[in-house]
Amino acid sequence: MITLRDVTTVFSTPTGPYTAVDGAHLEIPAGSIQGIIGFSGAGKSTLLRNINLLERPTSGQVVVGGTDLTELSVEELRRARHGIGMVFQNFNLVNNLTAAKNVELSLKFAGVAGTERRRRALEALAIVDLADKADSYPAALSGGQKQRVAIARALATEPAVLLCDEPTSAVDPRTTTSVLQYLADINRDLGITTVIVTHEMNVVRALADHVAVMEAGRIVERFALAELEAGTFTPATAIGAHLVADEIVLDRRRTPVGAGVTPGEEAHHG
Amino acid sequence: MAEFLDRLVEVGPELATSLWQTVLMLLIAIPIAVGLGTPLGIWLHTHGPRGLQHTPRIHRIVDAIVNVVRSFPFLILLIAIIPFTRFVVGTTIGTAAVIVPLTINAIPYFARFVEQNLGQLDPGVVEAARAMGATRGQIIRDVLLVDAKPAIVGSATIMTVSFISYSAMAGLVGGGGIGDFAIRYGYYRYELPLMVVAIVLMIALVAVVQTGGARWARALDKRR
Repeated sequence: MITLRDVTTVFSTPTGPYTAVDGAHLEIPAGSIQGIIGFSGAGKSTLLRNINLLERPTSGQVVVGGTDLTELSVEELRRARHGIGMVFQNFNLVNNLTAAKNVELSLKFAGVAGTERRRRALEALAIVDLADKADSYPAALSGGQKQRVAIARALATEPAVLLCDEPTSAVDPRTTTSVLQYLADINRDLGITTVIVTHEMNVVRALADHVAVMEAGRIVERFALAELEAGTFTPATAIGAHLVADEIVLDRRRTPVGAGVTPGEEAHHG
Repeated sequence: MAEFLDRLVEVGPELATSLWQTVLMLLIAIPIAVGLGTPLGIWLHTHGPRGLQHTPRIHRIVDAIVNVVRSFPFLILLIAIIPFTRFVVGTTIGTAAVIVPLTINAIPYFARFVEQNLGQLDPGVVEAARAMGATRGQIIRDVLLVDAKPAIVGSATIMTVSFISYSAMAGLVGGGGIGDFAIRYGYYRYELPLMVVAIVLMIALVAVVQTGGARWARALDKRR
């Protein structure tokens, strides 16, 4: 369903070129949930943005549903993106639009006629149990509700792929479980291929079928959750061992978002 | 006191005309400035370093032109563009003639406001719109302008208030206006009470614009 072939993404920075993703290979079977885990700066968000070309790779192929997106024209890519939903850490809702209007945006961009948009937006909100908040503005919603609106917005166009960038990092721990449950249900009920980037092993454990571990732009480990649960997975790298042993402090979430403590620092110095 | 009231009745019609002239200047200059300054501001933002389609060379040129027009002291601009003013309104004196430089001055001024308002929005929302396969036009219309609308109304309010005082310079080319009235009667003829009346009217005008604008901006802002 999704194939990344030798994807490399180099950014030019004032201090010279910086390789955010370095020769990544990844095959994600249709309908599965792929976790991508790593510390801050490992390149996992860039790799996720490579899948819908929000970040165009410097080299390599990005094949989604049989099409190499890197070969598409601007217009073709725009249309391809209607089939790839995306959810962000900070929700990225339009503050001056109601929940329903936010969901309608993705439908509008996908060319759905005005009369039909409201109906489909309400359907999408119903999937995340927020139909009653259709006419609320984001400011009146909790973090978890905002993320559910964002999920509804991503789902409304009935995409084949859902990309999630740290979807639970800005919501409180109790809400995390609920957001993850919705993502799991949606994957099961709609068969959407889901890619979830996170720095939290418990998110991966709760949700993923397959896990890729990233470090310094490279995918350094790969395993199936089943292997992990059966105890047959032997990590080959230090970071893999850390993750599997849950040595990332799981209650790290008591650190407020944006407080400046990256999990990487904790794990290395702690 | 009776004397002052007599005088007030005497110049009343002129005072009313002056007030109307100021309002007229604003009613024409501000909407044109908003109408042309907004697209210019959008252009400056989208073609700038943090915009959707950065075009460094042409952006630098437009950016410089905006700075040049904005640097002109209003009085000098007023005189410098006299040929253009004559071409547009057929005269170089009177209220109509003042509206032209006022508008020319206001367009880049408002464009900077809009550019700044757009630059302060969360880039994440634009990223989300790109991920949804929005066109550049859709990102501008359906995302950027929607979230920036309260700030743009606030900016238009600030601009209107500053132009109430700018319009006082209209007197130099016989443009009239309430500020000109204050200068002519109060400053040149030492009729202090009449100057006070004119200034109080200006304060009232500013207060109406400011409160109305702030209220409108607040009504549009759903971030609370």
